[in-house]
Amino acid sequence: MKTNKLSWMIAFVLLALMFAGLYVLEQTLPPTTMLFTILKKSVIYALIAVSMNLLNGFTGLFSLGQAGFMVVGAYTFAILTIPVQHRAMVYQYYDGGIVQFALPAALGILAAGAVAAVFAFLVGLPVLRLKSDYLAIATLGFAEIIRAFIQYEGLGPLTNGSNLLRRFPTFTGIIPPFAIVAFCIFIIVMLIHSTYGRALKAIRDDETAAEAMGINLFFHKQLSFVISSFFAGVAGALLAMYQGSIQAASFKSSMTYEILLIVVIGGMGSISGSILASFLFIASSEWWLRFLDNELFIGTFKVPLLRSGFRVVVFSVIIMAVVLFYRRGIMGDREFNLRFLTRGRSKAKERKNG
Amino acid sequence: MSLLTVTDLKVSYGGIEALKSISFDVRKGQIVTLIGANGAGKSTTLRAISGLVPVIGGSINFDGREITSLDTSKIVSEGIVMVPEGRKVFPNLSVLENLKIGAYLRTNADEISASIEYVYERFPRLKERHWQMAGTLSGGEQQMLAVGRALMARPKLLMMDEPSLGLAPLVVKDIFRIIHRLRDEGITILLIEQNANAALRAADYGYVLETGRITMEGEGATLLNDPKVRDAYLGHAKGKKSSEPEVK
Repeated sequence: MKTNKLSWMIAFVLLALMFAGLYVLEQTLPPTTMLFTILKKSVIYALIAVSMNLLNGFTGLFSLGQAGFMVVGAYTFAILTIPVQHRAMVYQYYDGGIVQFALPAALGILAAGAVAAVFAFLVGLPVLRLKSDYLAIATLGFAEIIRAFIQYEGLGPLTNGSNLLRRFPTFTGIIPPFAIVAFCIFIIVMLIHSTYGRALKAIRDDETAAEAMGINLFFHKQLSFVISSFFAGVAGALLAMYQGSIQAASFKSSMTYEILLIVVIGGMGSISGSILASFLFIASSEWWLRFLDNELFIGTFKVPLLRSGFRVVVFSVIIMAVVLFYRRGIMGDREFNLRFLTRGRSKAKERKNG
Repeated sequence: MSLLTVTDLKVSYGGIEALKSISFDVRKGQIVTLIGANGAGKSTTLRAISGLVPVIGGSINFDGREITSLDTSKIVSEGIVMVPEGRKVFPNLSVLENLKIGAYLRTNADEISASIEYVYERFPRLKERHWQMAGTLSGGEQQMLAVGRALMARPKLLMMDEPSLGLAPLVVKDIFRIIHRLRDEGITILLIEQNANAALRAADYGYVLETGRITMEGEGATLLNDPKVRDAYLGHAKGKKSSEPEVK
């Protein structure tokens, strides 16, 4: 109990330090620095990865619908928050669209989560009765259908068809996305540590035994699915704010696979693993490995292999190496907390003595 | 007085009648056992009582209340808890978390802590290992955890599905000692076993199940000495003398 309290205190101090650090960075570096772009995208992916981990890692439901709920969230947010004076321009082919009001961004984000959650509830009713692979296929199907549906001409006045949605509010700094994501992940962590969270893990470990203990399987799966999708919706809204414009066509299933990759690399069932992996994944795929795409001359010697596209090759090799050497992901199902640190130390001690 | 009365229970899986019509009684404060070969319908009976498989006919009455076709969570709240076959502890949860899952339908935190202490008192090994992942326990410890987890739901009737399966003989003895102790503490026990010898020795009353029907019943000791039961379930081939010393 005592270490528990201490852990929370340390977590809050670290969070405060992180925000202080971000503030200092924002004051000293120009806002167009690559670092900010990467940090913003990473933190948004961290939320999606954690929401997917809640489902795949903690409840044992193999769902591939994340991109579908993100596109629902992103569109809900955009449709509800584009300022009225810009609507005529954004919806130029649809006479300004049918929505003629605009919500503040915060409400738009909440609505994004809520609408995604409602979709999840409806989709979950039939789909959550399926098991493993079938569930994955059904949720993947949903994500594809909803993406096509949004682009349907008939929905143009609402969704702008296959055209871009833009001119909605975006982030003014780096603090807001971090604050929103930190709050969302905090809620998910609280859920996992609650009685509900324990029931979810029990279902993941053994459905039959969980059911025999009186745990209502369907209710808990639905709960996990709806909450996970709520946060995927919120993350969709944040991604829209980050990008400044959205188009349904960009929310492909490859996006879900990217997130799945992050979850697996971080460790199924580890929140801190998902967060860590998001930052590493985004930074390496978009930033650290960039130099591999440019031809490089040392004197007159042209370094071989370096050319446009080589980055992807190296990145794939790194991922394979990680999966080979960390079968259960970087963190396994452990969390980066006090116990993790002290256990690491005692293990090192054992090794030294032994 | 009977705690559980099963009347003409019928269950079928995908067109196959697993239970053809079985009736039996479990008296309060007794250990009652269902014995029978593989596929006789023992597990199905327990699963039907727990509400885990749909019942297509007959009735199940518990403590004066009709519980046929109730949800499992309601049945558990009524006081019928099952220790599933093969233990089925939650391997990636700690021992303590496993116990807490057992109390899932209870809400009073103080009472739950008291129950945890109650379980620890009976199984000191679980207390020693409360932080350990259940999957790392030995088979016997897992069986104790499975029983402890079931006790967390404060059962009036504890149903045990093959508790001795895959355990070393010494551990099996321990398990049966625990079953007796629980009975003495007032918990009624419905036990199903392939190990008919051990089950009938432990039981106050027994039923023999054959392909979905009950073919015999009687007090544990009576069945144990019944030649037909001995031939079919106790490994005494025909022609062997019954005076032969028994393996203990």
